Amino acid sequence: MSAKVLLKSGRVVDPSQGLDEILDLLLVDGIVASIGKEISGPEDADVIDCSGLIVSPGLIDVHVHLREPGEEHKETIATGVQAAVAGGYTAVCAMPNTDPPIDDPAAVGFIVAEGRKAQAARVYPVGCISVQRAGENLAPIGEMVDAGAVAITDDGNPVMNSGLMRLALEYAQAFGIPVADHPEDLGLSAGRHMNESIVSTRLGLAGKPNAAEEVHIVRDLLLAELTGGQIHLQHISTEFGVDAIRQAKARGVRVTAEASPHHLVLTEEAVEGYRTEAKMNPPLRTAKDVAAVRAGLADGSLDVIATDHAPHHYDEKESAFEDAPNGLVGLETAVGIIMTDIVSEGVIDIVTMIDRMSCGPARAFGLSGGTLSEGALGDVTVIDPNLSWTVDPNAFRSKSRNTPFTGRELKGAPHRTIVGGRTVWTR
Amino acid sequence: MTAAMASSPVPALGKDLVGLESLSQEQILMILDTAEPFKEISERRIKKVPVLRGKTIVNLFFEASTRTRISFEFAEKRLSADTVNISAAGSSVSKGETLVDTARNLEAMRIDMVVMRHGSSGAAKFLADRIPSNVINAGDGRHEHPTQGLLDLLTIRDHCDRVQDLKVCLVGDILHSRVARSNIYGLLKLGAEVAVCAPKTLLPSAIGDLGVKVFKRIEEAIEWGDVLNVLRLQLERMEEGYVPSLREYNRIWGVTARKLEFAPQDLLILHPGPMNRGVEIDSDVADGPHSVILNQVTNGVAVRMAVLYLLSGGQPGSAEAAKKEAGA
Repeated sequence: MSAKVLLKSGRVVDPSQGLDEILDLLLVDGIVASIGKEISGPEDADVIDCSGLIVSPGLIDVHVHLREPGEEHKETIATGVQAAVAGGYTAVCAMPNTDPPIDDPAAVGFIVAEGRKAQAARVYPVGCISVQRAGENLAPIGEMVDAGAVAITDDGNPVMNSGLMRLALEYAQAFGIPVADHPEDLGLSAGRHMNESIVSTRLGLAGKPNAAEEVHIVRDLLLAELTGGQIHLQHISTEFGVDAIRQAKARGVRVTAEASPHHLVLTEEAVEGYRTEAKMNPPLRTAKDVAAVRAGLADGSLDVIATDHAPHHYDEKESAFEDAPNGLVGLETAVGIIMTDIVSEGVIDIVTMIDRMSCGPARAFGLSGGTLSEGALGDVTVIDPNLSWTVDPNAFRSKSRNTPFTGRELKGAPHRTIVGGRTVWTR
Repeated sequence: MTAAMASSPVPALGKDLVGLESLSQEQILMILDTAEPFKEISERRIKKVPVLRGKTIVNLFFEASTRTRISFEFAEKRLSADTVNISAAGSSVSKGETLVDTARNLEAMRIDMVVMRHGSSGAAKFLADRIPSNVINAGDGRHEHPTQGLLDLLTIRDHCDRVQDLKVCLVGDILHSRVARSNIYGLLKLGAEVAVCAPKTLLPSAIGDLGVKVFKRIEEAIEWGDVLNVLRLQLERMEEGYVPSLREYNRIWGVTARKLEFAPQDLLILHPGPMNRGVEIDSDVADGPHSVILNQVTNGVAVRMAVLYLLSGGQPGSAEAAKKEAGA
């Protein structure tokens, strides 16, 4: 049985091939069969009119927390991938800070199996760097890669032991996977709740200085340079951090890095009034830092937009600021936020946006996808650049509602999400 | 209409007293002026007036407190309110019940006011946003302790006849101190010059941006100031490594008689309590001629009566009348 889908007359934006023109795209049996002008599709093809819409290689989020196993009250793999496809994502990389953590091949296999069962976005497991994420001994990285892990990280925690980080960067090279790190020096940040500044001083909240993140970024860059390993730095939020990555790339260090939508559009002022939905780690910083993260995204110092989708149950956020957990859900708002606040404002163009949300992530984590070249996976995101909508957390497919963007009016939204040639979501 | 505008030119306090940062100079002065007539009630043989008769007030203390809780309780009782004390230890309102559930339960019991102390910054606002009752912040984390700030202002005004243009230095653990923030906001709004003096480990990084001077050494602060407000050094700060030892802290930042040798006679010394004698303040200073520490405690009751009266809808100009009517 063959399934044929013909996407007619969309604006195909595929930075991997330098394409940005009105084209037709034919998917057959879950892969890209052809791309070109006025393709006369097979008679049995499902024809989808995409005029006025953007046709992009499927968006990939390399940083999501699906919370399963262990915190299914916040999110499950099934609900997380539904949120993903509703946000235009065809693939997500699941962070391993679950309970128990994903630190052995059986746990990786569980994520793979549940992801397949969910029949929506592809789920790529990320394994732990260290056993139990304890930061002491290397997890069985090779076995986890054999079971389907695409990267390793102790995300949620930084790897505080520089010796262990060196070993991870060396050992992982045998498998061609990146080592992702959450850069944070806990000695400078533990027990602290927001950016350290006049705002934290006024609110009486203990602050995390930029240096807490930057010390760790610089250490990781030095270790990547020392070992020749591939480091992926998560959710960069400071000006100096962006500069350090830019300089390291110029020296030839193998580094990729993320910008999160919230660090691109919000400053620490969002915390005023002790708003727990604006509590995240790394914290929202100053306008100067936001400008630097934007510049880093534009010039490619930051390769990837990743949401750090971090669902929390509503009553966990309904508490005093210091008692609330860090994080926000991001999968279902990323496209709208980026198109409205970043693309419309001219920080990057739509081509660069798609590079940072599809091609860049695929390159950073060595994933199939991120391209619509013939023979590639038939993962496609169709975006409506003109749709105006309002963020309503009650409409989220995610189990959780923790977003600082409630009520934001946005222009631009996912329209249809196709995974392996099959439409898994449409507006 | 003109008369009405003239009689109440100051906007009311609103529903809650969460901090001094959001109050205007006029509102702060209104509270201090309202406290004046209430001072006398505590000097009577029968210390009770029916200003808050029929009002129900809950004193909700998630953190241990002696002085503040008792001061509020006296203020409430002397105004004839019905009061209930809830402390975290030994009640269902300890670990386990969330703050939002506590708020809902209180709301369901139809109380009029809550006086709350909580270990988390912002907890008072959190509660105030969720219940229709008046909320008075009796200290939230390291954020604010507005009634302490007000009673410090009242004590300074009592002794110096003004706050405007006075030089006031807060000495000690500014980083963890809600008293420091309320003092800084209140003093600046009333036109004082404000400084802080502490080891840099106990100063918030952006303290200068609040509009205060920073002194590195206590000797400089003593030479500069008209008033020193000496803050408690919590003993756990030493365990956390903010200062090397209590002995060193006393020698270098402690307010001692020897350091006050050349201080002007009218230098005023305040301490919000509870004191660590021999750490941030020596006994001969605490008990000496510069000290107004017990006046602060007395003023605390009057200031809290004023706040309770104003938040319950009392008119600032009518405090004296309300009191007299009560006495009749």
